[in-house]
Amino acid sequence: MKKYISRRDFFKYLGVGAAGAALFGGVGATPALAGENLPSFEMGPFKLKKTTETASGCPYCGCGCSTIVYSENDKVVFIEGDPDSPINEGTLCPKGAALPDIHNFVNKKRQRVLNPNRLTKVLYRAPGGTKWEEKTWDWAIPEIAKRVKKTRDEHFEAKDANGVTVNRTMAICQMGSANINNEEDYLINKLMRGALGVVDLDHCARL
Amino acid sequence: MTNSFTDYKNTDIFLIIGSNPAEAHPMAMRHIGKAMEKGAKMIVVDPRFTKTAAKADIYVPLRPGTDISFLYGLINYAIENDLYQHEYVLNYTNASYLISPDYNFADGLFSGLEEKDGKLSYNTASWAYQKDGDNIKKDPTLQDPQCVWQIMKKHVSRYDIKTVSQVTGTPEDILRKAYPAYCESGKPDKAGNLIYVLGITQHSYGTQNTRATTMVQLLLGNVGMPGGGVNPQRGQSNVQGACDMGMLWNNITGYLNVPDATKHPTYKDYLAVETPKTGYWSNKPKFLASLLKAWYGEKATKENDFCYDWLPKSDGKDHSHMSSYVSLAEGHIKGVFCWAENPSVAGPDASNEAKALENADWMVCVDLFENETAAFWKRPGVNPADIKTEVFVLPGALIYESEGTRTNSSRNIQWRWKAVEPPGQARSSLWIADRIFKAVRQEYRSGGKFTDPVLNMVWGYDKPGQEEPDIEKIAIEINGYNVADGRVLGTFGDLKDDGSTACGVWVYAGYYYVDPNEQNLLLKVPATKRHGTEDKSGLAVFPKWTFVWPLNRRIVYNRCSADPAGQPWNPKKAYMSWDGTKWITNDVPDFGITDATTKAPIPPEKTANAPFIMLPEGQARFFNPSGLKEGPMPEHYEPVESPVKNLISKQQNNPMAKRWGGEFAKLAETGSKEFPYVATTVHYIEHYQTGVRTRNSPLLVELMPEQFATISPTLAGKLGIKPGDEIFVSSARAEIKMKANVLPIVKPLIVNGSPVEIVSLPWSWGYMGLSKGAVGNDLTPFIGDANVVVPEYKAFLVNIRKA
Repeated sequence: MKKYISRRDFFKYLGVGAAGAALFGGVGATPALAGENLPSFEMGPFKLKKTTETASGCPYCGCGCSTIVYSENDKVVFIEGDPDSPINEGTLCPKGAALPDIHNFVNKKRQRVLNPNRLTKVLYRAPGGTKWEEKTWDWAIPEIAKRVKKTRDEHFEAKDANGVTVNRTMAICQMGSANINNEEDYLINKLMRGALGVVDLDHCARL
Repeated sequence: MTNSFTDYKNTDIFLIIGSNPAEAHPMAMRHIGKAMEKGAKMIVVDPRFTKTAAKADIYVPLRPGTDISFLYGLINYAIENDLYQHEYVLNYTNASYLISPDYNFADGLFSGLEEKDGKLSYNTASWAYQKDGDNIKKDPTLQDPQCVWQIMKKHVSRYDIKTVSQVTGTPEDILRKAYPAYCESGKPDKAGNLIYVLGITQHSYGTQNTRATTMVQLLLGNVGMPGGGVNPQRGQSNVQGACDMGMLWNNITGYLNVPDATKHPTYKDYLAVETPKTGYWSNKPKFLASLLKAWYGEKATKENDFCYDWLPKSDGKDHSHMSSYVSLAEGHIKGVFCWAENPSVAGPDASNEAKALENADWMVCVDLFENETAAFWKRPGVNPADIKTEVFVLPGALIYESEGTRTNSSRNIQWRWKAVEPPGQARSSLWIADRIFKAVRQEYRSGGKFTDPVLNMVWGYDKPGQEEPDIEKIAIEINGYNVADGRVLGTFGDLKDDGSTACGVWVYAGYYYVDPNEQNLLLKVPATKRHGTEDKSGLAVFPKWTFVWPLNRRIVYNRCSADPAGQPWNPKKAYMSWDGTKWITNDVPDFGITDATTKAPIPPEKTANAPFIMLPEGQARFFNPSGLKEGPMPEHYEPVESPVKNLISKQQNNPMAKRWGGEFAKLAETGSKEFPYVATTVHYIEHYQTGVRTRNSPLLVELMPEQFATISPTLAGKLGIKPGDEIFVSSARAEIKMKANVLPIVKPLIVNGSPVEIVSLPWSWGYMGLSKGAVGNDLTPFIGDANVVVPEYKAFLVNIRKA
């Protein structure tokens, strides 16, 4: 499988775009499989040929396997291990191999459908409510902000009992996450600790 | 991890304790397998005969919670039989340091124990190094009775094979095979790789367990060696990164301690208390000033201490997961953000944790699926109308539906590109955090409490024409830049304490830097985006595969891969070597190789006495003079819930274990008749953590459709349980129902003459999703490790009966 990924493809999924394509116009003329007794892309219908390849990764354990996601019409059709990664060398475990499922899969009618259990809408549950209400982002984000401000302002300590400036609130807690990107965690930390003064900030490293 | 997964190929012998890579870290198992094909040996220490154990050369069964006994037995065996790495111990550790004459240890307790208001703590004065002015007193002959070596030798001498066997339940003949086998790695040219995960950490003395693993590796000279190291394999794709980013109550970012109202009321106090005179942390003022500059921008000036007071200061109490839940239960926390986390399945005494959420006024949950935490108001057994908490559920994005980096166990920061849009209204956490911040700032424009940080925080991530925040700007801010011209910094060596540099996370400096000297255009990209596959050394270093913090260093403490004279311990796997005039390096050295001003090579003797650059004394600690909460060295205590009395000392449990009162105080007594079996929580390869994603994957649910506990044939016979029967598993906290699997992968261990049965309990299930099951953590005790407050998941008492 490794041989199928030429340097040209590598550039494609790096997202370098036109510059990458121009740069590799010449290199692509030499098939990666030259001299090897393997079928070429042209020999038959190759279902992944029309797909877009994107270099991504596995969101599960801490090994940090790299993946190539093959997508078509904004649906994931296949995921394999990235053969260039020295960590997983093109392979994946059962969880990694099942990754397309989390976005979409082929149902019994042979249609590719979104995973029906995925959350695709903002949900709200009122105090004492017995069901979810579907909401929009435009409604939810300001509503959340109002609650954040109310709780922070009602429970804000500028100074502690000894007169030390503490500028904190111990009424808001932030949990997570080891399952999102670094840049996302960084922004959340900045927001919670750096702007709001949250002290109870932790993620599942301990769990 | 000190080393990397790819480096496993250099290993001669693996000691895997409290880890089951065949199921929990399959790709690590692949590298282990490759090493074994070349002749490496593997010892697996585990209460269960796991899939990893099935491939081991030696399988060592042990009772959950007795790892220190096993490891001390190993240390004692190595010392008694003279199988340790002499030169390494003498030169690279604090073995020769003299400890205060007041130091003492008796019957399970160290000197300095104090009681105040009913609370125990240690005064660490008697654990200090003896000093002569600024210099630590040493005895290079290792004969002084007050030197660390002699103290340690005496301390572990109680752990002879017979005693260890009585405590752990491991048959003596297995110990007699395993100990010498691993001591092979004490030969200077042999590399032993110690791998652990949560089987070591999730105990009321988990931090001391990890210290014991490190002591073994130091004794046998394995730290800093290719194929060696202390390698805790992280459980989540970005648990390492989340820690680096400061998603911990006790660190701001990059392991800088949070400001504490008592210890550091002012910036000056912070720097004075937190900055050691020697070691790499002596640069801390540069890291903190640059962080504050990154967050508060122009408002942060040298004159106003870079807005140090804008950061919240802690009250000196613990604010980690369990303490926050106690705070929730007591009604102090009113608002909760639960971001891609599912504590109603993951937390200890989970049903009580879920109940504590009822005290919150509001909760915001971000996830891919409706998880058990978001649905806590409709959990089995409650009336939603009685629960007043408002809940907002925000649909999030999966790894391939967003762009950014994650950091694996071996500190490898890898860029992941976006392949498809998140479905429906789902959005990336980057977008959600950005929108919430902006909305909060909007609210504060009309006034409120302490508006300064909210209104002035650096937050300019908009990119014209796109909905998503400009991730490149965020990456550069994390990486660090020169304030005057925005130049992206190459290393944290460029950081300044005068406000001229900004850097969000100092350890990540360089990750978004483009090497101007790179000749290969494919690799002339920000370091984290590199996919270079070259490995010139042949030692699986792969220096251009993305970026590893710190400074792209793949093996840390790599000065220790060579002897004091700079000659590699194993010439066939030379990592760092001195050729007589200069250093030949196969990785980024973590010691000085050339003088910064004269550019002259630094000869090996200059760095031979300080290879552990993060420690002020420069040499690794068998004995920790500032101590952990429960002592300067580990000591065996029983899990808080244990079937037996401590055979080593009269001190039954870790005296500093974190315990709480009220609803969270339900515990079984030692030797409980009601709960006679030891349970330990486990994973299967098909389901990950709380199962939010995997239990909603049709393919994985088909592979592993339901939950089952595993018990031994002897226990099954005694209770009349057949494979597939439904059983109740109960603890002092709760009772849950699931199917039973009967397999000899767990067997009763003979502990001090009596059999102890072990129950293997999966915890990846809950009441939501495609595959539903009982919440395993409803059973686990609300007890925390003394230092880092990790729950005691891996050893607790249960009962079993047929349903």
